[in-house]
Amino acid sequence: MLPVLLISVRSTAIGIDTPISSNQDTTAFVSPFQEDNERCFKCHGQSIYEYTNENLGRQVKALMFSERIIERKNFYGSNHKSFSCTDCHSEEYTSFPHSGQLRMEQQYNCIDCHGGDEKFAKFNFEAIEADYQASVHFKLEEGGFTCWKCHNPHEYKISARNSNNLKETILFDNNICLNCHANFSHFQLLTNRDEINILAKHDWLPNQSSHFKSVRCIECHAEVNNNVLISHLINPKEKAVRKCNECHSQNSLLMSSLYKFESKEQRKDGFFNGIIMNESYVIGANRNEYLNVFSLIIFGLVILIICGHLFFRLRKKQNK
Amino acid sequence: MYLYPVWVRLWHLLNAVLIVILIITGISMQYTGKAESAMLVGFARAVKWHNIAAILLIFNYVFFVVGNFMTGNGKYYRIGKRNFFSDLLKQMKYYSWGMFKGEKHPFPVSLENKFNPLQRISYVLAMYVALPLVIISGLGLLFPETVINRFFGVSGLIITDILHITMGFCLSVFLLVHIYTCTLGRKPFSLFRGIITGYHESDEE
Repeated sequence: MLPVLLISVRSTAIGIDTPISSNQDTTAFVSPFQEDNERCFKCHGQSIYEYTNENLGRQVKALMFSERIIERKNFYGSNHKSFSCTDCHSEEYTSFPHSGQLRMEQQYNCIDCHGGDEKFAKFNFEAIEADYQASVHFKLEEGGFTCWKCHNPHEYKISARNSNNLKETILFDNNICLNCHANFSHFQLLTNRDEINILAKHDWLPNQSSHFKSVRCIECHAEVNNNVLISHLINPKEKAVRKCNECHSQNSLLMSSLYKFESKEQRKDGFFNGIIMNESYVIGANRNEYLNVFSLIIFGLVILIICGHLFFRLRKKQNK
Repeated sequence: MYLYPVWVRLWHLLNAVLIVILIITGISMQYTGKAESAMLVGFARAVKWHNIAAILLIFNYVFFVVGNFMTGNGKYYRIGKRNFFSDLLKQMKYYSWGMFKGEKHPFPVSLENKFNPLQRISYVLAMYVALPLVIISGLGLLFPETVINRFFGVSGLIITDILHITMGFCLSVFLLVHIYTCTLGRKPFSLFRGIITGYHESDEE
């Protein structure tokens, strides 16, 4: 229970409202637990660690298992940067060698710390949890699926809400999905299914690379939920959006997903769904109402002139 | 009078079919809604047919330009500086009231002058300005990775698309006027028959 309390108290120091950008200097942050954390990073901060083997009476160099490496830079740039390692992990980890029993340590889920906390009310973690429980991912929980499979607690940072660069957010968010769906060794940890070839599966999508760079996987694969910024209800593949006009239309789906946050500050220069045009251009969704009206007027005038001309021609013919 | 050689007629026929497909599918893409509309082609089908027709149009356009270069047909598209505006005005006056008063055509069709000044300028604008622009911008939209990301702070794709739809619109208006003016021959279907058979029926009774 102690780690939970500590997290709750420190949530004010996380700095969740600070916009992140690619060139943000994460090293500027100095953790109050830097010294304590360094005891862990000394071994877990890189691929090689060194320890004294008292039985052999000498220093031993060993390779750190890749899944147990946590980059200092990534951790101190993450949303959990102000934590001490032992806020979430057992105090017993401070002794080395670690007890084998510690591997059985129970992990917290997001809702364990963030649920019911007023400071996090705007994120609506309860709705996120409900979304997750209705998603296909929840069915894999028995097999070991947890929040951490997508949101690495050591490196995760809020992206959609704070980033100034939407392309970065798209890349960051899509990499979360690809970490399992395009990495078969990770995929195998959770399912016995055959390897998925993401590119082949999306063969039907015109301008595939443009779509991959301009929208997130969840735009098509998650159910839109107006109560949360990012829907966590991942649908079965049969329910994925396949109709182009879900996005390529005036009532574009993208406005309630990818551009949901930005749409509050929608540009008003005559374009429908103008906010999309800050980053991209979506045929069918971006139309200019002035151009629409102007073209209709021109077209109407041409029809009128033709009808007038035709009228005089017919009158001349009658008078012959 | 044999005015339209086989290659011109074939090019024109294919061009006409492709332009109609491109306009219908283009409007369908631009004005697509979430619900299917009987007036519009579904987005996915519209994209597919727009792309196919566009690629064929490019080849057909190259055929037209090369054909004009290789044969004497190109001379009909040359605009001389001499009397250009006065001739244009003369033709416009004829269409506006001269023809209703029974005046004779100021520029009767001949082997030397296939097009009247108004046709000449509108065909040059359509074939050598609007069509190249619509092709270039269309290729940009077909291969969006080739488009400049930002141009004076505005997305290159937006500029490309607006250029494409504006030129597409101009060509749609041209098509409408072109079809109508083609009813101004000796009889309403004379000129249509001409572009099919190759023989122009003279206005003279």
